[in-house]
Amino acid sequence: MKIKNQVIVLDNLDWKILQILQKNAKQTYTEIGRLLSVAHSTIYDRIRMMEKQGIIKKYTVVVDLEKIGVKHVTAIMTVFTNPQESEKVAKKLSESKEVLEVSASLSENLSIIAKVVAEDQNRLHLFIAQSVAPLPGVLKVRTSIITREYKDERFSIEKWKMESKY
Amino acid sequence: MIASSSISRILRKVPRENAFYFFTSIGNYTGENAASLEEFVRKVKEVDAKSLEFHLYRGDFEKWVDETLEDKELAEKIRSLKSLSPSGNSLQNQLYLIVSRRYEKLKGEFSS
Repeated sequence: MKIKNQVIVLDNLDWKILQILQKNAKQTYTEIGRLLSVAHSTIYDRIRMMEKQGIIKKYTVVVDLEKIGVKHVTAIMTVFTNPQESEKVAKKLSESKEVLEVSASLSENLSIIAKVVAEDQNRLHLFIAQSVAPLPGVLKVRTSIITREYKDERFSIEKWKMESKY
Repeated sequence: MIASSSISRILRKVPRENAFYFFTSIGNYTGENAASLEEFVRKVKEVDAKSLEFHLYRGDFEKWVDETLEDKELAEKIRSLKSLSPSGNSLQNQLYLIVSRRYEKLKGEFSS
């Protein structure tokens, strides 16, 4: 890993480690080292460095709520805001436990797109009515409830690396 | 005759977080809200009738009027309107008549 003009540049080994971790973050340094024919201490150093630089943000668990019988409603919420208040609204939404993802968009006026989860439709509505609509700068809210998810994957390093010039 | 302290309480402006927010369906906020009975009367006339249908049959209006504005009489009148199952423009006109009459009555009693 190098830092060029304040941009972190990963080398081939870093990329390969990320690919392996993205498939299974539970693998040990030794297992990753064995896969890449590199000493586990090197893997440890590289991973620590990427954690320190914030390239690896966190290790988490993806739970299948359906399988454990947890009733929930997920929705995509588009929040139209005053441009001056948009940043504050996005930060406030990010603090809510009901909100899973928050992004800004310029596609139609200035809007914030957020993924929201609640126990049921009524609680979803209450959350939006009591905690989103009253935020200063919120002009209107459009919400689409997700009825079925066909694909839910994160950015794939492996696919991106294959298609990019790296 | 209602005590003037009760009238001023019903006619007061409530904090933004306690205002009534008009939605057309679950999670779809119209951008319109009312923080007092005076504003509520105005908005009832302005918002899309779909929003009024959504809130009337969920019991949102009577709940807000009863618990936030603390006007039990008006809440009861709105509840009675619901039992007549009005919709569209008819609902808008009837609801407007109920809330505007109540507002004018309270305002009149308060000034006299």
